Amino acid sequence: MAPLSKSAAIVGVAESDEIGNVPGKSALQLHAEAAYNALEDAGLSKADVDGLFTAGYSTYDTGEYLGITPRYTDSTTVGGSSFVIHVGHAVAAIAAGMCEVALITHGQAGRSARARVERDPNLPTLQYESPYGIIGPPIAYSMAASRYMHRYGEDRTRQAFAEIAVATRKWATLNPKAMMREPLSFDDYHDSRWISYPFHLLDCCLVTDAGAAVVVTSAERARSLPKEPVWVLGAAEHHDHASISQMPDLTLTPAHVTGPAALAMAGVTHGDIDLTMIYDSFTYTVLVTLESLGYCGPGEGPDFVADQRTAPGGGFPLNTSGGGLSYTHPGMYGIFLVVEAVRQLRGEAGDRQVQNVGLSLVNGTGGALSSTGTVVLGVG
Amino acid sequence: MADSYDRPLPVRQPESDFYWERAKAHELWLRHCNACGQTYFYPRDICPHCFSRDVEWRQASGRGTLHAFGIVHRGPTPAFREHVPYVVALVDLEEGPRMPTNLVGVEPDAEHVHVGMALEVTFDDVTDEITLPKFRPAG
Ligand SMILES: [Zn+2]
Ligand SMILES: [Zn+2]
Repeated sequence: MAPLSKSAAIVGVAESDEIGNVPGKSALQLHAEAAYNALEDAGLSKADVDGLFTAGYSTYDTGEYLGITPRYTDSTTVGGSSFVIHVGHAVAAIAAGMCEVALITHGQAGRSARARVERDPNLPTLQYESPYGIIGPPIAYSMAASRYMHRYGEDRTRQAFAEIAVATRKWATLNPKAMMREPLSFDDYHDSRWISYPFHLLDCCLVTDAGAAVVVTSAERARSLPKEPVWVLGAAEHHDHASISQMPDLTLTPAHVTGPAALAMAGVTHGDIDLTMIYDSFTYTVLVTLESLGYCGPGEGPDFVADQRTAPGGGFPLNTSGGGLSYTHPGMYGIFLVVEAVRQLRGEAGDRQVQNVGLSLVNGTGGALSSTGTVVLGVG
Repeated sequence: MADSYDRPLPVRQPESDFYWERAKAHELWLRHCNACGQTYFYPRDICPHCFSRDVEWRQASGRGTLHAFGIVHRGPTPAFREHVPYVVALVDLEEGPRMPTNLVGVEPDAEHVHVGMALEVTFDDVTDEITLPKFRPAG
């Protein structure tokens, strides 16, 4: 088989018609709108789709709703990173001839769903953690953050969290689709109420309604379409636990594997990347992921993000959509990282457009810092 | 207390019945692998380190240190909202493994909770059927 790098491209991306607070739409409707919009963006039709990728729901649920009967199907569900992982899976499936046009769909009424989904009580997380009130991402991630603070210093870690929250909000003020667009001060950050110490409210992502979709196709087909192809140059995936209590090292995520692997596949290094998109479920997720990906060494993250370096004009463009912290976060946010990277690479990012973006690294994280998917995307 | 307990209870599994039975007797027991010598949490009949089936139960000392914690101010479900703030913890047991628990017998406040502090197990009989091992500062 030919090398996978640059064998396929992203040719369509979109959100659902509306994102944020959308009480009038079901999760599947959000999938459908995003799929419709992404296919339109790609210049393709539903009949062209022969590979279907979805997380959360099974592809037979989304396939039925959309009226798609794929010959290749992938319902890999490993939390919010799933959709970034799907991009790599789509590249492999296309190269193997298992499909030619891969549609990755997401939709969640995270804010407005009419019924909540219960988790399976037979799972170890529910047996050993839930009885203690260790339930949901804010609590799990806050414990990991406490370990990082102990190891690398409480004050400098706190300052890093504030830098990330404030810088990300600055990007959101430039994105008309962002839910939180009012400027945020350092005092606002520090004064926000506790959710689970060491997390303030403003360390935590939003809870929104949103859908998004991504279309991937072969190099040959991509060149025949109206928009410039965004090449998938590198892709990697990894998970090393499910429950936070089983995480091997609370200060190192699976990105320590997927970052170097995706960069090696692309044949580039950290210094070549023009735009970095990191799943910001929490400020801590950004800090620990920068280190895990290898942008800086263990414990060096607070220096790396100091002085608003990740803000507009700051020298290290990061999460230019406004991220899960300020733009949107419906529960599994990873696909929105890909959408923004593609828009920046195409020069479609409007007021927040970063100049001369040729290469972007996207890293999704899922579960309790459990799984990551990294892709390196490029134009030209 | 047993009738009014409103927070989630563990659904015991075949491989953990012994663990929860011993907890009711106020004992903490762990799985130990005779092939690779590691003691691990949570209980499984096949060692997650070396995949040996030669495993046995051993009683833990109940001593450990605080590896990480959170102080929960916003309860994750309605049942927990009337119990905030409370301390969630990961404890490094003397035998090696790390387990999730609550830290009790200490002010739920960052001034009083410190990573690395010495802890000992204590048992909370939350219902007639379920006892949760929790930890408190070592006395
Ligand atoms: Zn790993
Ligand atoms: Zn073993």
